[in-house]
Amino acid sequence: MNLNFFFEVLIGGLLSGVMYALVALGFVLIYKASGVFNFAQGAMVFFAALTCVSIVNRFGLSLWLAVPLTMAAMVALGLAIERLVLRPLVNQPEITLFMATIGLSFFIEGLAQMLWGAQVQRLDLGIEDVPMEALMNRFNIVVSRFDVAAAGICGVLVAALAFFFSRTKVGRALRAVADDHQAALAVGIPLHHIWGIVWAVAGFVALVAGMLWGARNGVQFSLTFIALKALPVLILGGFTSVPGAIVGGLIIGASEKMAEVYIGPMVGGGIEGWFPYVLALLFLLVRPEGLFGERIIRRI
Amino acid sequence: MNAVTEAGLIDAPAPGARRIGEVILDLRNISLSFGGVKALTDISFDVREHEIRAIIGPNGAGKSSMLNVINGVYHPQQGEIVYRGQPRRGMNTHDAASSGIARTFQNIALFKGMTVLDNIMTGRNLKMKSSFLLQALYWGPAQREELAHRKEVEKVIDFLEIQHIRKTPVGRLPYGLQKRVELGRALAAQPEILLLDEPMAGMNVEEKQDMCRFILDVNDQFGTTIVLIEHDMGVVMDISDRVVVLDYGRKIADGTPDEVRASQDVINAYLGVAH
Amino acid sequence: MYYREAGQFKTSYAADSRIFPIRQDRTGMLLLCVVAFVLVPFWATPYAFSAILIPFLIFSLAALGLNILTGYAGQLSLGSAAFMAVGAFASYNFVLRIPGIPVLLAFVLGGLCAALVGIAFGLPSLRIRGFYLAAATLATQFFVVWCLTKIPWLTNHSSSGVITAQKIVIAGYAIDTPAGKYLLTLAIVGIMALLAKNMVRSNVGRSWMAVRDMDVAAEVIGIRPMRTKLLAFAVSSFYCGVAGALYAYAYLGTVEPEAYNLDLSFRILFMIIIGGVGSILGSFLGAAFIVLLPILLNVIAHALSLPTSVASNLELMVFGALIIFFLIVEPHGLARLWQITKEKLRLWPFPH
Repeated sequence: MNLNFFFEVLIGGLLSGVMYALVALGFVLIYKASGVFNFAQGAMVFFAALTCVSIVNRFGLSLWLAVPLTMAAMVALGLAIERLVLRPLVNQPEITLFMATIGLSFFIEGLAQMLWGAQVQRLDLGIEDVPMEALMNRFNIVVSRFDVAAAGICGVLVAALAFFFSRTKVGRALRAVADDHQAALAVGIPLHHIWGIVWAVAGFVALVAGMLWGARNGVQFSLTFIALKALPVLILGGFTSVPGAIVGGLIIGASEKMAEVYIGPMVGGGIEGWFPYVLALLFLLVRPEGLFGERIIRRI
Repeated sequence: MNAVTEAGLIDAPAPGARRIGEVILDLRNISLSFGGVKALTDISFDVREHEIRAIIGPNGAGKSSMLNVINGVYHPQQGEIVYRGQPRRGMNTHDAASSGIARTFQNIALFKGMTVLDNIMTGRNLKMKSSFLLQALYWGPAQREELAHRKEVEKVIDFLEIQHIRKTPVGRLPYGLQKRVELGRALAAQPEILLLDEPMAGMNVEEKQDMCRFILDVNDQFGTTIVLIEHDMGVVMDISDRVVVLDYGRKIADGTPDEVRASQDVINAYLGVAH
Repeated sequence: MYYREAGQFKTSYAADSRIFPIRQDRTGMLLLCVVAFVLVPFWATPYAFSAILIPFLIFSLAALGLNILTGYAGQLSLGSAAFMAVGAFASYNFVLRIPGIPVLLAFVLGGLCAALVGIAFGLPSLRIRGFYLAAATLATQFFVVWCLTKIPWLTNHSSSGVITAQKIVIAGYAIDTPAGKYLLTLAIVGIMALLAKNMVRSNVGRSWMAVRDMDVAAEVIGIRPMRTKLLAFAVSSFYCGVAGALYAYAYLGTVEPEAYNLDLSFRILFMIIIGGVGSILGSFLGAAFIVLLPILLNVIAHALSLPTSVASNLELMVFGALIIFFLIVEPHGLARLWQITKEKLRLWPFPH
């Protein structure tokens, strides 16, 4: 077995895992703050990427302009979601909210394609997809510069979010809201403002994820399926943990690639489609709350 | 003896004929802890057949945990439960239910999506034997069984005077009626021992009187042994035969209501004398 | 006042426990059966059969299956299409490899295969709940479809992965006209709906609902959660399996594993959300809604001369918006709206 090849596959998997983690982060944010499992996160990633790239391609604006414009659109979207979907469903059980976000994902997908069309579009971020010279020349390992840059961006974002949650007042309010809406209301936390903030931040994370994924694979409808891949990430990492999302993403990314490369040829390929889910399923049997999730004890 | 033709709830010994019999439940040196928290420490007491046994004590004394141990929800780390002469420590909930132990819960544990009738019918679950295939056909033995159990459940409904709400979804009922329905579900199982966890919590005086009447009738007419947790001292002293007092997971008194009322330990526990 | 119950006294528990205790309901049901079995085959066009009625019946059956699992037993599942696929491919293989086997028996055996797969993939539900379980059912969905594409024996070594359902022949009569397929599907779905209704109002159904509402309490009164949940998975998968077989034999004719994809699972979930979770009638209403809506939107798009891409995106948006709308306004779906209508009909035309 070629050791260099092994490292290439591993690193490639880890790096794509970082990108999964980024999408999972959006889930974690919203779940932490509102207890809603936002199935529409994938659609939001798609919407953000498509809006951004369409602004660049259709109106000829530079990326520096397109990003803030898209961000504004995402904030508007987040506020609309909070007002029209979440507020009316405030005290419903989690399953109802989950199903509402499934409906939301369909709506956003349709909206994105209706506004900007369904063709695949290229997104150029200015970072090339070429091997990093340093690694290639020194260790004979081929790793894309783009992937490394993406990992770096994700790292910065994650650190910022972790800081935001644990150190700032807003972050603390978010955690309170995630635990118990009624209690948070009782101590005067403005619930709807908080939710608006959360969805806006999640929108921003979706935008970053969308741009990175879009630059890698082209902005197309299959982007929404990447969000589905975030589910196994969350299962492994726990639904409420930011570091959990990272670790989970890394594990899923790496194991998915390794399984495809090493086990795939033995069974006809195409394992990537289900391997992360089965892995997550097996994991759930052993540890139902994920690596970092909180144990829920039910009293009778 | 076929579950359907066995003596129904109405065919019972004449009222006033109850007499307190032998020990049917004996708890010996039960100790229960969760992680580092000791919920129960070395508790021993017994319950005699046909009696009404109360468990009282300040909040957090471990009373619900005690019921959960009897019922099989919690497994004590130490100690033994001897039920009708059979010793067992690790009894699970299904065994407890099929041995004739039924219970109600502090925070009502009814099935909110079903009607009153359906909720009480679930209490007959262990007595229903037909397979799901026969039930799918709803014909022959399955239909006969369903209707026979319906008849028994209607007797419980008559007994608890809830005929007018039998088709109402349980979630829509006021608290007091929900507690009554929960009692009905426990009674439908025709239990030997009935564990009641604060059956009168949150009720007004009239509702409490009704509930007391039902509990006494159950004990009187059907001879069911009753173990109940209750905070209302008037009720406890009035209806129970013997009382166990718990405090901080330990037993501090055990005897008739009068004996317990006079015990200094009990008075200290309730008045909060520093240990 | 036309719908009043006054004067209809039930003098036995059997009468009270009937599926349709009110006489007007019984008459209505009888009329519906006459229309469905006798009138429709005469008057409906082949298009109506193949594009509306047959898919409506098949989806109702699948929705029934999912409703048993998610609506009555409370186990959220996103893998119903996978069980349909198992039913379809298993039936295909039984007909292919056992010469002379009655088609109906093949359907039942296909359903049983789906039930076995359902039990296997339902085992996690004993430890996992809520949307963790939904995520786990995604594993079922993707893995099963992958198996069907990768194991050539299952598709009779077809190079494209597509199988062609064989002709349906029952007791010497070939059923290959739209009307014939419609009647066969109607009979199968009708019988299975009746069985489902019976199960749901018996001890089995009550156990499912108990496990759904509060499984810890259910366990305390003696219900075995493991058996109950696995039975729900088995029955639900059986229903979906038969629906999948009908999907291949009575509707599409040729199918490939990808036809039973995640999108189909979601459509079935939408059917029970809109129709009414935990309701037999709701499964039918939801299926009707989901089958008719795209046709309606197409008609509107045609009338407004919109391009087809817009129409299909509009369909996505309308679906999504309707799901949210129903969850906000009437979480119990169309079935509850129907119930409310009947309540109002009791008094109509009087005001109160």
